[in-house]
Amino acid sequence: MSIKLTLPLKKEDIKKLKAGDSVLLSGELYTARDAAHKRFYDMVNNGESLPINVENETIYYVGPAPAKPNFVIGPAGPTSSYRMDKYTPMLLDMGLSAMIGKGERNDEVIKAIVRNGAVYFAAIGGAAALISKSIVKDEPVCFEDLGTESVHKYTVKDFPCIVAIDSMGNDVYKR
Amino acid sequence: MRIIKDTDIKNAIKALFISLNCEIGDDITTALTNALKIEESDTAKAVLTQLLTNNKIAREEQIPICQDTGMAILFVEYGDKVVVDGDFTKAVNDGVREAYIDGYLRKSVVDDPVFDRKNTNDNTPAVIHTRIVSGETFKITAGCKGFGSENMSKTKMLAPSAGVEGVKDFVLETVRTAGPNPCPPIVVGVGIGGTFEQASVMAKKATFRRADSENADKRYADLEQELLNSINEMGIGPAGLGGKTSALCVNIEYAPTHIASIPVAVNICCHAARHKSIEL
Repeated sequence: MSIKLTLPLKKEDIKKLKAGDSVLLSGELYTARDAAHKRFYDMVNNGESLPINVENETIYYVGPAPAKPNFVIGPAGPTSSYRMDKYTPMLLDMGLSAMIGKGERNDEVIKAIVRNGAVYFAAIGGAAALISKSIVKDEPVCFEDLGTESVHKYTVKDFPCIVAIDSMGNDVYKR
Repeated sequence: MRIIKDTDIKNAIKALFISLNCEIGDDITTALTNALKIEESDTAKAVLTQLLTNNKIAREEQIPICQDTGMAILFVEYGDKVVVDGDFTKAVNDGVREAYIDGYLRKSVVDDPVFDRKNTNDNTPAVIHTRIVSGETFKITAGCKGFGSENMSKTKMLAPSAGVEGVKDFVLETVRTAGPNPCPPIVVGVGIGGTFEQASVMAKKATFRRADSENADKRYADLEQELLNSINEMGIGPAGLGGKTSALCVNIEYAPTHIASIPVAVNICCHAARHKSIEL
């Protein structure tokens, strides 16, 4: 049985999640992958404010394929999360609540997840056509010059994920 | 002598890349279906069911199986009695460009690896491996390679004293280190022998072989099976969430090498092993 959750997540909802739980996410989230993360990181280090407020938000690591005519979005599965590890503790310390990607995270990220009571979800890599069916709205937000790597806001309905690292630091990949 | 028009090459390449991105091979479908029968955990079964459903949606709606529609890679058997009327390399890249733009495929290529990293916006240039063969043959095997799995691949030069045990250790260590990242259940391409670059090219070519194929040399076919069994005992499982199916197949290609070495390359491919061949 999957746990239905609404985005943005509430802190008490996050606390109840255990590594390995199946969840269905509904609500709004932001997309960002390698290039957008690098820009966020550089902006904060230069003392600039970010174009999005990450507090209590969820970031999905994705760079979708283009949408065919009459489609909301093209295939949009998760990309490997470890490439965002360098930038993630900073975003978690700024209040980011949840991330969706695939694969392992390093110890620094796991510590930052525990420190901030956050959660890391895994979506199924390579299930991009299927996942695109749970994205009901797609709006561009910033960094449009980055193309598929630009930041968008998705509205998702029953997006299937697994709790990969829970707020206590339990890691489904280390079991 | 046989003349092939550059436009025929371009059109064939365009059609190949659109279809291979949307339609997974029947060998992979069979392998995933067989995996579903042997998995016991609910998570592993759920992941495999999602992958089979995903591939069905992609085929029916003619949308890519995965958003990472990869870099375009071609192995071309180019007959020495064939003359291309026009520019062969340009025809290939024009075909790739049209496929990725008209086929709604993701453009994932940057022009410079270190400094500019500016997207070429048409997924060119393609990576083209040509082999001159005798006669009038013109055979293209094309594939798209996502980099979640490409990034987990490795090449190593072993000493001859390492022997088959050294080969096994390196393949298994590479797969174990990759863990959940390359979108398991994976296809493992192994190139053994030749030179540093030849081993890598053979490993790539091995990932373009069918999942139900085996090496013609029984010793290498047995090694493929032994490595597959060892990988599936690791418990990585579908999506890296645990289970009995970590790889769908191990395909080995080999070549003569130097008296001082055993080059070994391991090219890991995700479960969406997308490739097709056509003869013009």
